[in-house]
Amino acid sequence: MNIIRLDAWDLSLAAMLVLILAGLSFRLQLAVSRQLLVAALRTAVQLTLIGLVLKFLFANVHLAWMLAMATIMLLVAGREVMVRQQRRFSGSWGYGLGTISMFVSSFAVTLLALLVMVKAEPWYTPQYAIPLLGMVLGNAMNGVALGLDRLTQGAWQQRRAIEAQLLLGFAWTDAVAATRMEAMRAGMMPIINAMTAAGVVSLPGMMTGQVLAGAPPVEAVKYQILIMFLITACTGFGTLMAVWLGSRHLFDERQRLRLDRLQEKR
Amino acid sequence: MQVRQVGPLDFSVAAGECVCLSGASGAGKSLLLRALADMEPHLGRVSLDGVACDGIAPTQWRRNVALLTAESAWWHDRVGEHFSEMDESLLAELGFDKQVMSAEVYGLSTGERQRLALLRLLAGRPRVLLLDEPTASLDPQNTERVERLLTRYREERDAGVLWVSHDPLQVRRVAHRHWRLADGRLHEDKPLT
Repeated sequence: MNIIRLDAWDLSLAAMLVLILAGLSFRLQLAVSRQLLVAALRTAVQLTLIGLVLKFLFANVHLAWMLAMATIMLLVAGREVMVRQQRRFSGSWGYGLGTISMFVSSFAVTLLALLVMVKAEPWYTPQYAIPLLGMVLGNAMNGVALGLDRLTQGAWQQRRAIEAQLLLGFAWTDAVAATRMEAMRAGMMPIINAMTAAGVVSLPGMMTGQVLAGAPPVEAVKYQILIMFLITACTGFGTLMAVWLGSRHLFDERQRLRLDRLQEKR
Repeated sequence: MQVRQVGPLDFSVAAGECVCLSGASGAGKSLLLRALADMEPHLGRVSLDGVACDGIAPTQWRRNVALLTAESAWWHDRVGEHFSEMDESLLAELGFDKQVMSAEVYGLSTGERQRLALLRLLAGRPRVLLLDEPTASLDPQNTERVERLLTRYREERDAGVLWVSHDPLQVRRVAHRHWRLADGRLHEDKPLT
């Protein structure tokens, strides 16, 4: 494929725009110029590093390296889910709940895509495996974080109503049903919106990238549709699983609402 | 039984008996009632007619040993959606007509919600009533209505009642026995006449 290579000047020019924006924000006393510059620096450093990592992985195609990379990605995503929650579960549940849900859904979906749909040789070829897992995991992370956040916040706010239903002899599943449905919907909404707007309002980044790299648009579109569906399935199943497990952990074996299992709001 | 700083306590309420419970706020009266309804983790043994609390499903236990909280909670928009069946004579007894079933919960006063929460609880025909200041937000007329209804329910169904009240006159009106909760212990007041 013929790629037009970017040189240092092109990137510097783009960086200049960010610098100008930072200067203007400073003048307007928006108090974001520092954050903006740090974020821009992080983008440059992190992406350069991942570029080097990918270069290494592409040159050393080995299942062990792939698994190591996938594990790191999962653990980072798990941490991200945890810190995004205002009232997370205390103890190992706080980290484990989101991580396990994402592990099950994103690894299952990625394996299915690699083994059945993409069929690269070998199946763990990093060129396919890492971008696929990355996109799927990144979106599942958003859904799971949103869903869990809504669940724990909802249970906290609705605790009187939930306990009132328990006191009338309702099972915990009935008492938490409304809160749980709300949380599941919240987790799935962004991906539904993304699919609705795809191609009309927004051109998804992956497809745009392939087109920029010289791929025929229709091929790029096919990949994008595949990815969208995989992302949706992964986000959806991951969110449902996390919210279901989480709602269960809000109650003990005597079906008492146990908000003491949540940490205080940060 | 024991729940957090309250107890260990050893007590029983007989069928058809009404026991009033008082004590300073923060003494643990509500905590004790919640533990009896199995809503708080507790130590020791709580049983109803010889059947231990942890021997049956929690849903079953709470239908039998029903707690009326000091502040009522509602989760649907309209009153009627919280009831599966409604005895209109009971409604009338607490001063409502049946239109109240289609009223919006948040249009009602605290006292009205409190009385409706009592009806909601009684609709499940519990064998034990744990009442946390059931007349705290009621005027004298409605207080009397509630007391009369509860006494009739207790007598007809031979139900045990544990009633948190701060009003000595009310205690004298409804209770067979009177306990005070202080320093995590129950102190029985002199027998009432």
